[in-house]
Amino acid sequence: MSEVSVPQDAAGAQSTAEKLVVLEGVNKHFGALHVLQDIDLAIAPGEVVVVIGPSGSGKSTLCRTINRLETTDSGSITIDGRPLPQEGKELAKLRSDVGMVFQSFNLFAHKTVLENVVLGQTKVRKIPKAEAEKKAMALLDRVGVGSQSQKYPAQLSGGQQQRVAIARALAMDPKVMLFDEPTSALDPEMINEVLEVMQQLAREGMTMVVVTHEMGFARSAANRVVFMADGRIMEEATPDQFFSNPRSERAKDFLSKILHH
Amino acid sequence: MNVLLDHLDLFRDGFLGTLALTGASALISLVLGILIAGCRVSPVPPLRAFGTAWVTLLRNTPLTLLFLVAFFVVPQVLFPGINSFVLAICALGVYTSSFICEAIRSGIGTVALGQAEAARSIGMTFMQSLRIVVLPQATRAVLPPLSSLLIALTKNSAIAGGFNNVDLFNIQKTLSNDGFNILVIFFWITLAYLIITFAISGIFRLLERRLEVAR
Repeated sequence: MSEVSVPQDAAGAQSTAEKLVVLEGVNKHFGALHVLQDIDLAIAPGEVVVVIGPSGSGKSTLCRTINRLETTDSGSITIDGRPLPQEGKELAKLRSDVGMVFQSFNLFAHKTVLENVVLGQTKVRKIPKAEAEKKAMALLDRVGVGSQSQKYPAQLSGGQQQRVAIARALAMDPKVMLFDEPTSALDPEMINEVLEVMQQLAREGMTMVVVTHEMGFARSAANRVVFMADGRIMEEATPDQFFSNPRSERAKDFLSKILHH
Repeated sequence: MNVLLDHLDLFRDGFLGTLALTGASALISLVLGILIAGCRVSPVPPLRAFGTAWVTLLRNTPLTLLFLVAFFVVPQVLFPGINSFVLAICALGVYTSSFICEAIRSGIGTVALGQAEAARSIGMTFMQSLRIVVLPQATRAVLPPLSSLLIALTKNSAIAGGFNNVDLFNIQKTLSNDGFNILVIFFWITLAYLIITFAISGIFRLLERRLEVAR
């Protein structure tokens, strides 16, 4: 695993060019609540960034702004050098390059597992159905649910559904994958089967932004840990640095609460 | 009893007239209702405003008033010489579309928000996510109110009978004027309406059961 040291000015002018995802001065309010405050974050290709922090810190919102499921009030977000379009076809096109995995899976309930993975390929990428099905089956096998392909999502366990959701996102050949608390809705015994798929993705060099409470995953798979509290990025560090020697008081407080119980 | 047998062709014309009026206006109202519902949930503010205005205006206007506008204003201003069947199905269709739009919108509300978010996140446009992901899942919740609306439409179509259309109501008026026993005429006319409305509820019960299995 490459050591990525991340000084606060990581989004500096010359390095911005080769970054895949760049957020600059992003602000967002929910009414009176300032959920994202001057967020600067730059993610390099192949980098795995894990976002952690107490609930309500804005980490899910941050994740969702990257493909504009949440709008922002100010600031800029660029993906692969292109600023996020406002609405319409351009935005749809960009979203197809950004895979998203949700806490509640959100598999299409009226479609079979196979159709879930085929749909984006045929409707968005206009790939012929036979080819799309072949790729979908390969992906389903890869995440270990190939035998379930003809079932409906409700017939699968949570862990299986989440792995299908990962396959659905991968079917679009995304440049970056966003994970919004992918294991938070799972029974404990199913968390590992999902994390293993994510570990494998990380090893294969996928660019990933992962919002999670799984500190084990952060330690083992992340290149960088981003710690958020109260809508701000309080600290960015390698997992080793962050977990053994957190700099901010908030991070120390947070870690003391989750690591000793 | 003889009223029916002696005027079988008249009853048949009336029955077919009501059937045609109901069928054609149901089609118009369904297509318009889906489109307007799409407008009302769209991310584009002018479309939303248009949808809201459409529903507010048409849902709150008495149907008879719409008929008066359709028959006495539209031919004067827009299409002179247009036939009364087309005018009637337009008035009925446009009126009913506002109710159908709201039924569909409530159906869309039953589909979890995450479904649309997932559709958008894999790059579907708003139209695609609505057509491929949201509306098919909304259908089941929409069926019961939809069947009520189409039954109401069947009965509303009687107003067209007062506006130069041959339908059951029109036939009833003709026969009553000819001096036949009103109670007997009513009996047969009611039975004819019941055939249509029972058929509608039967079809929807079938559809509901079919969609239940598909889950």
